Amino acid sequence: MSASFTAEEMMTVAAARMLPNRAVCFVGIGLPSTAANLARLTHAPEAVLVYESGPIGAKPSVLPLSIGDGNLAETADTVVSTPEVFRYWLQGGRIDVGFLGAAQLDKFGNINTTVVGSYRNPRVRLPGAGGAPEISSSAREVLIIVAQSKRTFVEKLDFMTTGGFLNGGNSREKAGLCGKGPVAVITDLCILRPDAATRELTVTHIHPGISRETVCANTGWAVKFAPDCEETPPPEAHELDVLRALKARTAAAHGAEGEAA
Amino acid sequence: MAEWMALKDATATFVHDGDFVALEGFTHLIPFAAGHEIIRQRRRNLSLIRMTPDIIYDQLIGAGCAARLTFSWGGNPGVGSLHRFRDAVENGWPVPLEIDERSHCDLANAYVAGASNLPFAVFRGYAGSDLPTVNPRIRWIECPFTGERLAAVPAVRPDVTVIHAQKADFKGNVLLWGILGVQKEAALAAKRVIVTVEQRVESLHAAPNSCVLPAWVINAVCEVPRGATPSYAHGYYERDNRFYRAWDAISRDRGTFAQWIDRFILQTEDFSEFLALQRETESRTVVQ
Repeated sequence: MSASFTAEEMMTVAAARMLPNRAVCFVGIGLPSTAANLARLTHAPEAVLVYESGPIGAKPSVLPLSIGDGNLAETADTVVSTPEVFRYWLQGGRIDVGFLGAAQLDKFGNINTTVVGSYRNPRVRLPGAGGAPEISSSAREVLIIVAQSKRTFVEKLDFMTTGGFLNGGNSREKAGLCGKGPVAVITDLCILRPDAATRELTVTHIHPGISRETVCANTGWAVKFAPDCEETPPPEAHELDVLRALKARTAAAHGAEGEAA
Repeated sequence: MAEWMALKDATATFVHDGDFVALEGFTHLIPFAAGHEIIRQRRRNLSLIRMTPDIIYDQLIGAGCAARLTFSWGGNPGVGSLHRFRDAVENGWPVPLEIDERSHCDLANAYVAGASNLPFAVFRGYAGSDLPTVNPRIRWIECPFTGERLAAVPAVRPDVTVIHAQKADFKGNVLLWGILGVQKEAALAAKRVIVTVEQRVESLHAAPNSCVLPAWVINAVCEVPRGATPSYAHGYYERDNRFYRAWDAISRDRGTFAQWIDRFILQTEDFSEFLALQRETESRTVVQ
């Protein structure tokens, strides 16, 4: 066991552990890509990473700065066109896990990456949907990795870019979203999973050194804790070693600070 | 049939004020030289489309070329916001920008429908999303066989598509490889097609099943070495990540941006002069 680690390292390691070996994973850029590659370099060497730019089975030695870096193409089993990624591979039902980030998230795992404020007159214009709405509906299950604060974990989204469990209960199934939806949300403070009946995100694991009060203070709704809520096992030495080496290689390759979030 | 032309002449001939214009390239092979030439020739009132606007569209929008943008993800990949895009949407500067916002799956399918000469694209998408509530172009259709409700969007048919590729032979047949994005579909969906290439060669020596656009679907081929800089061309040069980071500071402020556009694009004759000026500026920065 390692002596010390950052909150971001804990989040990345906890997210990486969720990806089973041999899973076919549709990877968003930033934190999802870091976590998926950490999984591939530790317990899930046969995980298949699919990027929306076209690489299938990418095995990058450094983290891509953008979703279409050359390193992804060079290390992939095959590179297909973007329409083919979305038509044959995602909509075709070949993705086990969709790995997403979020700018805002609500208690039903719905995601906003579009605007803060009103759509017509936004206070902050965010990048938009990218591949997320269809990844969320077509992947068998979804993992969300996002830093937790009152700004990101909100009672009500300004805009629902990507549906999770919509209004909770069985509203997701009724709306025609195919996969299981967000089975876990991994943050820098804790892990949340949907309640079996209400589908409300409930804290199941709290990271070492984090209090319930801190989790509550950084959540924009009255967050619930599972009765058997436990402490997240801390990062193991080899997980941290692999993650830090990956970050160091990335920084060396890209110059300066390496991959941005 | 493709004609070898200077990029300046191809732009003057095939890109007009008010056109619906696609400059595609998914991180890779982004046609920066062509985007600069559109700014240099001061095209106005364009309807731009691009899945991932990237900094090339930040430049076109900030320079006042665009009245409308169709897109699915607008950011500076790995860095943050597109400040000129945001300023246009949030504050209407330098001119208001109407947005037609979609998802990647939508636009990829809409280009395929355009290339297929179909009126619309159909796919399983947008369930639960608010995007259909703010964009009337996103509608629903019932499958006549199963009754499943599916998303439907109009086909994308640009007036002109511009892409960058690695090679073209002397006849104008174009070969691209690596990350292909939607370039082939965007080209085949368009009324007119301009392709800039790294290199003009005698023969493509392309393997069967390579991504080749035959000369007869292209209007103009232009040799523009490093024409995708600061994005990359697989097999030729890497992405200039430093410039993507530097763009954040250049574009954040209207004045700094306007000075950059004036000095680097409007005051340069063509892309090779732009590259020379940029190299000179960078080497001076390093010396300091």
